[in-house]
Amino acid sequence: MPIAGPPLQVEPVETDQPVGETDVDLDRPWVVIVWNDPINLMSYVTYVLQKLFRYPFEVAEKLMLQVHYEGRAVVSNGPREKAELDVFRLHEHGLWATMQQD
Amino acid sequence: MPARSGFTDVLFPRDRVRRRGEGRYQVRLRPNERALVGDLVGQLREQLVASTDDPSVRRLFPPAYADDPERDAGYQVLTRDELLEQRLAALDVVERTLDGGDLDAGEMTAWMGTLNSLRLVLGTRLDVDEELPDLDPADPQAPAYAVYEYLGWLLSQVVDALGSDLPPPSSDARRS
Repeated sequence: MPIAGPPLQVEPVETDQPVGETDVDLDRPWVVIVWNDPINLMSYVTYVLQKLFRYPFEVAEKLMLQVHYEGRAVVSNGPREKAELDVFRLHEHGLWATMQQD
Repeated sequence: MPARSGFTDVLFPRDRVRRRGEGRYQVRLRPNERALVGDLVGQLREQLVASTDDPSVRRLFPPAYADDPERDAGYQVLTRDELLEQRLAALDVVERTLDGGDLDAGEMTAWMGTLNSLRLVLGTRLDVDEELPDLDPADPQAPAYAVYEYLGWLLSQVVDALGSDLPPPSSDARRS
């Protein structure tokens, strides 16, 4: 690839495949990640993880501390639809959550 | 993430939020606190109604797919309105119950969500760190930091009250 010059142009390719259903690895589960942020209180994050996932306090606190010290933690996983719902519920509670395929 | 700092709790008794039995709560604010929270709630409503894309409130609508703008756009279309409506409804509950009275779990949860939203918006604007700076009281940002601290102090009391009424953990919850 040339270093200089105009940016590479990629023409869109039309296919018959429905958009969004073209995952090569449909079976690969999605993981839901909560990221550390400087605002959400530790006690609040622990509470939210207990409430949304019905984790015992010890599990929720361990995940919270993992977010705090390591910057992120996987808090749930599953098919895409479930992961998206989990992310949405975390967003409802103001946590910085994203999802990606494992 | 910040832990609750101790000094506010030493100076001020944590008596603003009471659990009065299972699923019943009270928030008892002083008149100046009611005025403050009421004012902040009004400001947040104005910002949310004006635009959810404004940098001041964008923190309340995070991306779901960090590396996939196309999919994230789809997620935003699906969820933005619902998130907005929920936040506005929670603001209404807080405004309606500022003067006290018994709250049910849903109303207490609306307080929790609203206090946290206010902290997220204010903390984002202040660009806070986990450790708050030791500000001179004459610093122009000192009042905003004091409000931010106050909101955290109040929120932690709401979390304590609601935490007493969590349903039992699920037996199949993952043990990590």
